[in-house]
Amino acid sequence: MRSVLYTLEAVVVIALAYWAYRENYATQEALRRVDSLQVEIGSTHETLNVLRSEWAYLNRPDRLRALADLNYESLQLMPLAADHFGDVNLVGYPRFDPSEIQGPVDVMGPPMEANR
Amino acid sequence: MIRTPLRPLARILSARNTGENPDVIEAENLRKRHEKMRDAMRLRAESRLMVLGLAFTAAFLVIGVRMAGLASNTPTEPRAVRNVTQILTQRADILDRNGALLATNLVTNSLYAQPHLMIDPESAARGLADVFPDMSAEVLLKNFTGNRKFIWLRRVLSPEQRQAVHDIGEPGLLFGPREMRLYPNGQLAAHILGGAGFGREGVHSAEIVGVAGVENTFDAYLRDPANNGRPLNLSIDLTIQAASRRVLRGGMRLLNAKGAASVLMDVQTGEVIAMVSLPDFDPNSRPVPDIKKDPTESTLFNRAAQGLYELGSTFKIFTAAIALEDGLAAPDTMIDTRGPLKWGKFKIRDFHDYGDRLSLTDVIVKSSNIGVANLARDIGAGRQQAFLDSIGLFEPVPIEIAGVGSVRPLLPKIWSELSTMTVAYGHGIAASPLHLAAAYASLLNGGFKVTPTIVKQQGPVAPRTRVVSGQTSATLRAMLRQVVTRGTASMGDVPGYRVGGKTGTADKPDPNGGYAKDRVIATFASVFPADKPRYVLVVTLDEPVETSGPAPRRTAGWTAVPVAAEMIRRVAPLLGLRPEIEDDGAINYTLSSN
Repeated sequence: MRSVLYTLEAVVVIALAYWAYRENYATQEALRRVDSLQVEIGSTHETLNVLRSEWAYLNRPDRLRALADLNYESLQLMPLAADHFGDVNLVGYPRFDPSEIQGPVDVMGPPMEANR
Repeated sequence: MIRTPLRPLARILSARNTGENPDVIEAENLRKRHEKMRDAMRLRAESRLMVLGLAFTAAFLVIGVRMAGLASNTPTEPRAVRNVTQILTQRADILDRNGALLATNLVTNSLYAQPHLMIDPESAARGLADVFPDMSAEVLLKNFTGNRKFIWLRRVLSPEQRQAVHDIGEPGLLFGPREMRLYPNGQLAAHILGGAGFGREGVHSAEIVGVAGVENTFDAYLRDPANNGRPLNLSIDLTIQAASRRVLRGGMRLLNAKGAASVLMDVQTGEVIAMVSLPDFDPNSRPVPDIKKDPTESTLFNRAAQGLYELGSTFKIFTAAIALEDGLAAPDTMIDTRGPLKWGKFKIRDFHDYGDRLSLTDVIVKSSNIGVANLARDIGAGRQQAFLDSIGLFEPVPIEIAGVGSVRPLLPKIWSELSTMTVAYGHGIAASPLHLAAAYASLLNGGFKVTPTIVKQQGPVAPRTRVVSGQTSATLRAMLRQVVTRGTASMGDVPGYRVGGKTGTADKPDPNGGYAKDRVIATFASVFPADKPRYVLVVTLDEPVETSGPAPRRTAGWTAVPVAAEMIRRVAPLLGLRPEIEDDGAINYTLSSN
């Protein structure tokens, strides 16, 4: 009985040692991966920053204006002016034709104003 | 263990027979037993002490070894901790109110040389001189062959330059990582942003320090790692700043002015939406101030916030405000305008003769110096000073731009009755266009004091101090509107936006004393829309001349007003202001939607 217990203990110790060994290497591997990911994040951040600056530089108002002037024929862009504001009433809504409604549905709540 | 009995029967009996005391035997046996017990206990205690001593030695050994290890190792960050280390740049970005980028950091390289590592200093010097035209091969060679072990060559390199230097293939030329501050919009908002330079420099990094403007004021905030790279949101709107600058530049060129400034401010919150000062500079390569020249002529000088000018008739509205607020006059009260008004040797004149009397509204509309001077005499110096102080014209503007906080308006040294009369029409007192914008905003927004700010606000500041009543504020706005519809600023009308404003033309002080004849500061301070005020715009031109007519014209009505009107025309739609049809009461319709 005692010898069985000793053998069992030895087996458990070996198993645990193997597990610890494996975990150790897995952790080291994970840390290495974290390191390389950190480096990657860093360089991506750097790239992102460069791209953001470049985007801001290319979209600076002076340049956009010059481009709009240059491509006036195709874009027809003009500085926003007061007469560009419209009224909601001026928007052409599709004309409402009651005869198009087929198969009425029950609705909850107040009836909608259809001609708006 | 076999225990010896304390009173062994055999010995007791024999002792009794010999007449000895058996108790002696018992005592003897007890002593022996105690001795044995003591020996056993000592042995046990000794072994325990030994084990304990070993344990302590081991513990101390472990701690000692660990301490020695920590002391001799270079520190490393704990890697296994689940950390969200953000890789941050040294300095946070600056954004405009809509999140557009105004300032950011860019990673570049610096270049330095270590001559003792060089293989061929001569070709290195020649190669560098080819890459950088401003370097001379002879000087470089002298440096490389001297005793120096370390030479800085360039603070920042472009990627192309870096590659070119790399191609020289000299191991003594080395690169250090650097971050540099980049302003992608160039000269736009130059005076607000200021600029940045390098502080303490090492091989592997260099500190970026804000040297002027917002960069300097918020230096600690932008560099604080605790902010986690949170950007600074300014109240500036990039698009509107660009449009304002463009219009102002055009106006400045057209009118041959040598400088110009404009301030666009939110009437309620005091946020500066756009502030332009021309001529300006590129903050990416901030020029070094020239000590020999007049600093107020420098491109670095912020005319809008640092320039103190006599702003002329724009101040008349303050006199009218006091008169209305104190009940001294109503808009239709007649004021004496007979001229010239004499005070000692001094004479106050009007641009034209406006007859004997004008109503208070007409005094403002026609801009009569005599009228406001008479009014100011009735108001008195004390009340005038208290009022101008209450709208912030005696103190520096508390805006968050470095160098502005020390700009105190120039006031008369002795506030005599004559000073009271000249200050009433804006002479003898010098303030910045920003002061004027803040004062106009305070008077016209319904009468609440406004503190200018360059940082984006989340709505108006809650406890607000009242400077004039809402009624006075509305009356003043109506007067300013009339200045535009039928007065000196008739060119300032922008259809749909109900501009109200006051012109001001002040002769520039001559450096030799007195006032110059043909050099003026033309100012137009305006509010739009006049009935529901949203924004205040101040445009100031330095020495403008309008030459389209037979004689050169310099009054603000011909110079600053058209520029301001064009600016409002461009900027108001961008601000999201709907033009309103000036309603004559004929058509009445309501907007509704569901």
